[in-house]
Amino acid sequence: MVKDPDDIIVRTVARFMIPIIQLFSLYVYVHGHISPGGGFQGGCILAASFILISLAFNIGEAKKILSGRKNLLFIGLGVFIYAFTGLVPLFVQGNFLDYQHLSQFLPLDPVMARYYGVALVELGVQITVMAVMISLFQDLVTAGRHESILKDRENGIDR
Amino acid sequence: MISAANILLLILAIITAIAAISVKDLLGAVALLGAFSFFMCLLWAEMGAVDVAFTEAAVGAGVSMAFFVATLYHIARRSRD
Repeated sequence: MVKDPDDIIVRTVARFMIPIIQLFSLYVYVHGHISPGGGFQGGCILAASFILISLAFNIGEAKKILSGRKNLLFIGLGVFIYAFTGLVPLFVQGNFLDYQHLSQFLPLDPVMARYYGVALVELGVQITVMAVMISLFQDLVTAGRHESILKDRENGIDR
Repeated sequence: MISAANILLLILAIITAIAAISVKDLLGAVALLGAFSFFMCLLWAEMGAVDVAFTEAAVGAGVSMAFFVATLYHIARRSRD
């Protein structure tokens, strides 16, 4: 994980599987309305694909795609989407997370507004769960020192 | 109504749970905990709680196993108690 595992079979299978896993996580999120699934499970599967990148290549490769700062931004963005979708109905005499009142801001009837409101909230949940799971994994595998380990790799010190 | 498949899965889950807390090798304990998670997932799916089973498969058997193995890199492989 921190060192480079140089295994062509693992790398090829990971390269092949990672897009399928990410597509499946999007399917789980979108299909969560009418079948088991939703934001939390989809976020976990999406995080698992990034963990697979860290396992098959190394932490640096995963950080090239999603750096720590961007990851932190995603944690906040997901919470923001959830809270914003929940708070908007409060301004038009609705309750918190009362999605049908979103129809006053969007060109939708109340039933479809509720449908898309749930989808928005689940998107926020998915983004936050993905980012938190990735940051948990990176902190656990490097004892919270992944920034300094990456700096050492750039300077040619391999741990 | 408890079916025979339920009993079989429950027995397998109990066996893996007892094995996971009694084995000395921590990597083996993590693998057994993953097996326990998987049997619980199958049990829930068999009883009709597909959403719970799906969450267990994604979190319990998938991501948390990666977390445990990642933590094992920083501690001793064998338990001392």
